[in-house]
Amino acid sequence: MVKISMTVNGKNVEGEVSPRTLLVEFIREHLKLTGTHVGCDTSQCGACVIHVDGDSAKSCTMLAVQADGSNIITIEGLANGEEMHPMQAAFKENHGLQCGFCTPGMVMSAIDLANKNGDLTEELVREGLEGNICRCTGYHNIVKSVLDGANAMKAAE
Amino acid sequence: MYEFNYDKANSAADAASKLAASDDGKVLAGGQTLIPTMKQRLAAPEDVIDLASAGLSGIAVDGDIVVIGAMTTHATVASSSDVQSVIPALAELAGNIGDNQVRTRGTIGGSIANNDPAADYPAACMGLGATIITTKRGLSAEEFFTGLFETALDEDEIITAVKFPKVDSANYQKFPNPASRYALAGVFVAKTGSEVRVAVTGAGNDGVFRAHKLEEALAANFSADVVDISPMPEDSMIEDLHASAAYRKNLIGVMTKRAVQAC
Repeated sequence: MVKISMTVNGKNVEGEVSPRTLLVEFIREHLKLTGTHVGCDTSQCGACVIHVDGDSAKSCTMLAVQADGSNIITIEGLANGEEMHPMQAAFKENHGLQCGFCTPGMVMSAIDLANKNGDLTEELVREGLEGNICRCTGYHNIVKSVLDGANAMKAAE
Repeated sequence: MYEFNYDKANSAADAASKLAASDDGKVLAGGQTLIPTMKQRLAAPEDVIDLASAGLSGIAVDGDIVVIGAMTTHATVASSSDVQSVIPALAELAGNIGDNQVRTRGTIGGSIANNDPAADYPAACMGLGATIITTKRGLSAEEFFTGLFETALDEDEIITAVKFPKVDSANYQKFPNPASRYALAGVFVAKTGSEVRVAVTGAGNDGVFRAHKLEEALAANFSADVVDISPMPEDSMIEDLHASAAYRKNLIGVMTKRAVQAC
């Protein structure tokens, strides 16, 4: 077992894990933050996307030990109390989801995209969400949500 | 995933000695191939040696050479103003590997050490005439890539950096598999003076290769019109559920033409 510590959603957390524990398992099973989802076994679906030191990453494709000492944000770390993050609010407003299973990953990827691009276009959003698979919506409302959410994030700066 | 021992290396030399001391060790770079493979139990190393703290990340420009540390992520290469100004085609290639999340973790060293026959970076290394620097030596791309998932690396040898020379013009075109985004065929064309290099990934049975006949034709006349793939042996192409050998061979021609036109 290996001792690890990291900052998750602004709080210091510690744990003792087997090296083979995936970061997403640590987040869901040790920290009980079950908003981060696991939608596949093959690192393809993006439901588990979180932010690691400011970059979006698939938490199913990282070992928990690799995240030792890093700063992690999960979907639970976005809202300010009862007030949703602008990207979450945009997904709600634009009906950017149906079953909602992929949504945590979509929102985390979308925020990273908005943070790293000046002006998002539909093309950039569609390319940028390549690593996130939704099996319900056909992506149309997701793209609308991300564009709206990015604008709202900029307006809130 | 099977159990393994985890260790961190604090330098490339430290990683190499830890690797040498292990019966069945693997170095962990960005983990974007190794971890999925271990999850599927297709790989089950006894020891995993993490290179994250080995100080192998970073980009430097030395005259007309771009030196990229082995642990530099695809996202870093794609957004590097140095790479964008000296070898723009390389930055563009890095920005189209996998998806955003693969690019924030995946590294150049990991990609070329794995030598996946459909990976993008091997085409850039071969097309640009890169030198792969390891803990033991420097190898040309032709010496380094030896076959499907095979490289010239010894058991205890680790890539530390890749050196790319500046070229007059270059372009990379790939036809991605619609599901996996790996190249069904990808062609890197580079031109320096009268020398032309054409490197093909995704299509060859033995992984990345240089298309010498295309190079000769393009060196004589750098025009998409001279691209003729008919002499290429079809039985040297990958044939699988994603595409037939004939389809891949045809894609090489289409991607080469597009790359030449974009050069």
